[in-house]
Amino acid sequence: MPEAREPQDTGPPSPGAHLIHDPWETVQMARHPRRPYTLDYVNRIVERFTELQGDRRYGDDGAMIAGLGFLEEQPIAVIGQQKGRTAAERRERNFGMARPEGYRKAMRVMQLAARFGRPIITLIDTPGADCLEDSESRGISEAIAANQREMFGLPVPVISVVIGEGGSGGAIGIGVADRIYMQEYTYYGVIMPEACAAILWRDSSQSQRAAQVMQITASDAARLGLIDGIIPEPPGGAHKDYEQAALLLKEQLLKALAELKDIPGERLMEMRWEKFRKMAAPS
Amino acid sequence: MASPNDDIPPDLWEECKSCHQLLYAKELASELWVCSKCGHHMRLSVWQRLEITVDPGTFTETEGDLPLVDPLGFPDYMPKLVQARAKTHMNEAVLTGTARLHGHRIGLALMDLAFIGGSMGWVVGEKITRLMERCIAERRPAIVFCASGGARMQESLVALMQMPKTAGAVGRLGRAGLPYISVLTDPTYGGVTASYAFLGDVIIAEKGAAMGFAGPRVVEVTKMNLRPEVQTAEFQYRHGMIDLLVERAHLRELLADLLDWFQAGKG
Ligand SMILES: [Zn+2]
Repeated sequence: MPEAREPQDTGPPSPGAHLIHDPWETVQMARHPRRPYTLDYVNRIVERFTELQGDRRYGDDGAMIAGLGFLEEQPIAVIGQQKGRTAAERRERNFGMARPEGYRKAMRVMQLAARFGRPIITLIDTPGADCLEDSESRGISEAIAANQREMFGLPVPVISVVIGEGGSGGAIGIGVADRIYMQEYTYYGVIMPEACAAILWRDSSQSQRAAQVMQITASDAARLGLIDGIIPEPPGGAHKDYEQAALLLKEQLLKALAELKDIPGERLMEMRWEKFRKMAAPS
Repeated sequence: MASPNDDIPPDLWEECKSCHQLLYAKELASELWVCSKCGHHMRLSVWQRLEITVDPGTFTETEGDLPLVDPLGFPDYMPKLVQARAKTHMNEAVLTGTARLHGHRIGLALMDLAFIGGSMGWVVGEKITRLMERCIAERRPAIVFCASGGARMQESLVALMQMPKTAGAVGRLGRAGLPYISVLTDPTYGGVTASYAFLGDVIIAEKGAAMGFAGPRVVEVTKMNLRPEVQTAEFQYRHGMIDLLVERAHLRELLADLLDWFQAGKG
């Protein structure tokens, strides 16, 4: 099992692959305070980005970005959780924990993109959705559930990339896609390792062990057949070189778009359903 | 199907967890396991729920032969699954099947908290999905009684991926022109609330049921600042997330009315 965390042959060989082996270290990298966030990538790879705001029901949500732009002249929509860099920004972005209005805004913009035949890119980076009283009072469960249901009905290519933390329901609420990738030093799971350790062993200092047994790294997910590939990061991680990290992300997005662009909408939706229908089925 | 309750010698008295009144066990069944003193709705096993819900003798289990799975080889998980099976007489945390309710042919899923907290891993997601597919193929309305601590930790990302699968299956049922009634019972949390539980065409909750997006253990270990009143059926009802908040005694009649409405003229 230990060797299995080496990135598989699901993507190009990674320059940083040999540097980090430990899943807990990977979790720290995914949460690195200087790690590029959604807008850092958008500003580097999306041309003429127009951010849209509001869910037309209640309000806007700074923890969720939604907008329109061009990727190498192809019109696309971009959705993604956004974390803040400074203390004030972090609060304003709610630490990347989106509220119901964030998920509903995301759905509104995805459906707009679908109406005009534009592919959708979702960048996942959240410790989890916001689950406090305000979010409960506006239906956080329903918002996330409805997004998953509705994303199967988008007749355009949908590509998801975990660019940091793939935290549970908050992540999958924008994660129903034709292609799912994870950057090299990211994690994707149903619960934070700290909480898992505290619940299973009543000991949050066992987070390292939890991170390992939960198999939440990109190479774990690839080996389990849950994702379509690993996007390499610059040596030492994405935070060491934003330009290079953005370039590597863009390359994979363009490749996936090229694969998907000629598939009719009806067929795409069928394939997306089949993908999730059969995912992780025991052989 | 033989109910495993038959094998268990009944205790004469049962204490109400809410008001601590001792209740005569024999009378509890006729009271639908609702405390006659304080109205507290006790948690039911799927077998008790079946007994008070469907037309007698009409339930046929489906997908009862699905194997236990441990997709990650998670430490101590398989023994836990085996133990849960022995304890509950269920093949996993949800029982699915076909039945009649007030004469209507339905597809039915019942979750049981006694099986690893009613949590959803691959098997639970698969059984819910297959139930929806069967309902589409056989033109049956679907009714799901939810009771769950959330997604199953021991299956990690595989458990998470049951959320889109079940949400997608519910979407397909709706597009096939069939109704889905979700009944939230005590308690319903996490990955189940954020997938099929809150996607019912009609959502009903039993009075006093605990529910919420964050599971109670997660709230506890992360020391989340969440008032206990928030994670209740009453809170969700007041905020428009639930159609009906009902006493158990009225539930069957309500389901019958809804099925009559959905199925009138549909043969
Ligand atoms: Zn009582």
